[in-house]
Amino acid sequence: MLKKILAVLCIIICFVLQSSVFCKISFAGIVPNLMIVLTSVFGFMNGEREGLLTGFFCGLLSDLFFGEFLGFYALLMMYIGFINGKFARTFYPEDIKLPIALIVTSDLSYGILCYLLLFMLRGRFEFVYYMSHVILPEVLYTVFVTVVLYPLILLVDRKLSAEHRRSAHRIVR
Amino acid sequence: MSPVIKRRGEREPISGKYLLFGLTVVCVVLMMVTFATDLLNRPLSAAVGYVVVPFQEGIGRMGEFIANRSEELVQIRSLLEENKRLKEENAELTEKNTLLQQGQYELHNLRELLALSEQYEEYAKVGARIIGRDSGNWYSKFIIDKGENDGLAVDMNVIAGGGLVGRVTSVGPNWARVTSIICDNSNVSGKTLSTGDNLIVTGDLKLMADNTISFSRLIDSNQKVAEGDKVVTSNISDKYLPNILIGYISSIEKDTNNLTKSGKITPAVDFEHLQEVLVITDRKQMVEVE
Repeated sequence: MLKKILAVLCIIICFVLQSSVFCKISFAGIVPNLMIVLTSVFGFMNGEREGLLTGFFCGLLSDLFFGEFLGFYALLMMYIGFINGKFARTFYPEDIKLPIALIVTSDLSYGILCYLLLFMLRGRFEFVYYMSHVILPEVLYTVFVTVVLYPLILLVDRKLSAEHRRSAHRIVR
Repeated sequence: MSPVIKRRGEREPISGKYLLFGLTVVCVVLMMVTFATDLLNRPLSAAVGYVVVPFQEGIGRMGEFIANRSEELVQIRSLLEENKRLKEENAELTEKNTLLQQGQYELHNLRELLALSEQYEEYAKVGARIIGRDSGNWYSKFIIDKGENDGLAVDMNVIAGGGLVGRVTSVGPNWARVTSIICDNSNVSGKTLSTGDNLIVTGDLKLMADNTISFSRLIDSNQKVAEGDKVVTSNISDKYLPNILIGYISSIEKDTNNLTKSGKITPAVDFEHLQEVLVITDRKQMVEVE
């Protein structure tokens, strides 16, 4: 229960940070994608279910505030969370390579899908430009943020699971 | 009812795959419903508005406060200089203003003589603060802290510093989303002030970095439109009120079809440092089309 409340709080805080503070510290107008980091991390730490739920709610928030119609980002983020959840079995908290690789892939595919569905379908075909000026900078910036944030997330997760184990123990006794 | 009574805590959570399938269906239905109607947007945006907007307001205020304080410290010296310059400018402008007022008086009289109704009356406006920007990097939309409760509605025009910013595309009870004219998927019908030729102003992500927007389909048969000309919203636009300043033509070239021209416009509004905007609560009068 505590974990669920915390997750909801995390989503709201990340969304608010991303839409207000991060715009002020953007490099050349590019903002890192915290929602992808959150979805991805919840996915490979807690499994498919949590991943896809986090993605769904992150996406729904973006949809409500910035989307043309509801459900687009929710769908996209949900699948990203689900696929990240597939890697929950091969994930070790000490190893930072897999998380980074997963987040890079997630953000890259998110960017490319956004380009395909939002831009190419409207006749903007200069893929190379968008790749080098929007998608790749976003990925780089996101990875940078991940490297900073990851130890923090790990710490919170460890505290939470310790708490969980203790309370479970209490019930058994 | 199932004969097996499940105890609390024993409940199996729905497996990932079924949940994924279910939520996919939900998303698709949501997309279809919101694409066709405005039915679901209202309650959802209301609910979310009450949860998220207070956070955003708080953080926005805090960020602004910090930014303002640090800026103040840096700028005191330059401000003193600027103040001196502005005072001189003020004197000059006052003089000009009296001249203009005389002109205005004359114009008013002449208009009365001609029985011409005023072209642009004063619009009713509501001030609002920007509390959030688009969380992605693709579009340029932002959230303001006024909504339905303050009399805002979809399609109201938004201006700042005398120039057109965009229009309201979605409202909640205490927030509204503004799609700016530099946003990649926005089009505005405009006209050049000097010649009255119509053109289409289109936002472009590629031009956003150098703070310009593009225009196209300008039919300039007399070859009179030049760089530096003012572009305002046209009378034939169905969303924008007429004669709001969009910007100035910064470059112009002939299209390959030799009939129309296209080029770039420098917007009158500094979108990078936008903090407060004015929402015009009068909407363009529409004719019902059967």
